[in-house]
Amino acid sequence: MTTVARRKTPKTRREASAPRAARRPGRAFSGSPGEPGRIGWLYTLPALLVYGAFLLWPLARGAQFSLYHWDGLGEATWAGFSNYTATWSDPSLRGAFGHLLVLVLFYSVLPCCIAFVLVGAMSRTKIRGLTFFRTVLFLPQVVAMVAVAVAWQWVYSADGPVNTVLGWLHALGLPDWRRGWFGDFTFALPAVGAVGTWVGIGLAMVLFLAGVQKIPRELYEAARIDGAGPVREFFAVTLPGLRRELAVALTLTTIMAIRNFDLIYMATAGGPGNATKVPAYEVYNRTFNTGEVGLGCAIGVTLAVLAFAVTAGVRRLVEGKDA
Amino acid sequence: MNVRAERFVNHAILVLFSVIAVFPMVGVVAQALQLPHADLSTFGTAWREGHFATYLRNSVIVTTVTVVASAVLSIMAGYALGTMRFRGSGALFLLFVAGLTIPTEAIVVPLYFDLRSAGLDNTYAGLILPQVAMSVAFGTFWMRAYFRSVPRSMLEAARIDGASGWTTLWRVLVPIGRPAILTMVLLTTMWTWNEFLLPLVIVNSDEALRTAPLGLSFFQGTHKTDYSLLMAGALIIAAPIVIVYVFLQRQFIAGMLSGAVKE
Repeated sequence: MTTVARRKTPKTRREASAPRAARRPGRAFSGSPGEPGRIGWLYTLPALLVYGAFLLWPLARGAQFSLYHWDGLGEATWAGFSNYTATWSDPSLRGAFGHLLVLVLFYSVLPCCIAFVLVGAMSRTKIRGLTFFRTVLFLPQVVAMVAVAVAWQWVYSADGPVNTVLGWLHALGLPDWRRGWFGDFTFALPAVGAVGTWVGIGLAMVLFLAGVQKIPRELYEAARIDGAGPVREFFAVTLPGLRRELAVALTLTTIMAIRNFDLIYMATAGGPGNATKVPAYEVYNRTFNTGEVGLGCAIGVTLAVLAFAVTAGVRRLVEGKDA
Repeated sequence: MNVRAERFVNHAILVLFSVIAVFPMVGVVAQALQLPHADLSTFGTAWREGHFATYLRNSVIVTTVTVVASAVLSIMAGYALGTMRFRGSGALFLLFVAGLTIPTEAIVVPLYFDLRSAGLDNTYAGLILPQVAMSVAFGTFWMRAYFRSVPRSMLEAARIDGASGWTTLWRVLVPIGRPAILTMVLLTTMWTWNEFLLPLVIVNSDEALRTAPLGLSFFQGTHKTDYSLLMAGALIIAAPIVIVYVFLQRQFIAGMLSGAVKE
């Protein structure tokens, strides 16, 4: 790298002024001072090699594996797209994608709704300790998901806080709602979802908080002069002003729902029965437990396509409206 | 509603949700310490029985190497893509951006089989290289944004003073870009430390190579019912990042924000 850098130094000064003449207004940059084009490739090459070999190549290999029936040990036989059709026709896999849809509500929609309430509370009046609240509310984002799973196993445990409170309610005459939440056929999925909501609130809130600060104060003043209360003000000023941030928050939290492996593996292993099976878990389960490597890869590729589609779709939606 | 009442309601909402946010974690600490008896011995037991000394050391090694390597590679790539225009630079950038959305789930199975045939499963290299690849996608995107924001005149001034492109990068741009680099380092540290699926699959037989989150999952397998031990284990593996976050929360949040919103 150093020899390359030294060799082109003499040319540097002469060319330094050249791109300046060619600079067009409104462009952030135009060419680099005195770097021949190839140098750019040399700087990028090391990153590209690792990225290509350990991310893009496996992705391509995954797409290739997904076209075969293979148990990971013996001969692989050509499967065409049957692994992909299986992701929709196999009832337990279809169920897993159904669960993913439910979890998107919990991971994405619910945190955004709660974050709106929080941001409303933070932006209408002066709040003492704003940094403190922001730090605390964002904290679940930084804790390793495996530790989060362990913490919530305690929250939901037989004598944990949730069942304790429900026990008090029962003592007051309400029905007995106590149960093993992660082990309950009906409630395991919402119980997992609630953990996702808990994690997602902070991210959505931080995004909205930054967005609210960019909304011109005059809009709020105008709304107040028109006699808008907190609710009208929110729908007339805050929500439209946060459209971009809302799109970003929905994208990131939806992708969190799609990538939801750690929590399921640690907390429920897809159970009870198939009640909390999700595609991210099925990638692992089908590959390493039931020896369906091709199917595992097909689910993995489907998840990558879903994540990409969500990102691209939301971006188009937002930019299309802004333009 | 008058202002004072509204201010009270707003504070009440924030306090309520803050309590919800920290409650599981406070509960974990209380369980691990066996409050109200305040007994630290659980930590000792968890530390020994869970082999957390080994697992934390592995995590420190994997995270340090991953973060340093991906930072150097991202800075170089970001510098080229942010300050130079060359044939294919636009496509190259899009290629890196595409990597931002690829979930680990999509690459982990082929990685397992290919690393195994290359003899890289159950090795540090097998743990580190894929994590570098994932971090480089974000890092390049992040550093490109920083290098694009550097005033053009600064690059030209360095050139006129006789600095090569390489020297300009490391002697001029990197030192003044410390805030951007710190944010990138913090985020990739957090993601690498917390990664679970990749170590689970890559470290399938060598127990001595388990990382901290992986160690916790095996610890859970053997101590399903002993909550205070399990909670102590969870605390041990989560604490390093949480401590860093508490001190540098501004950089964490700023990173999540601009990483998410820009472009």
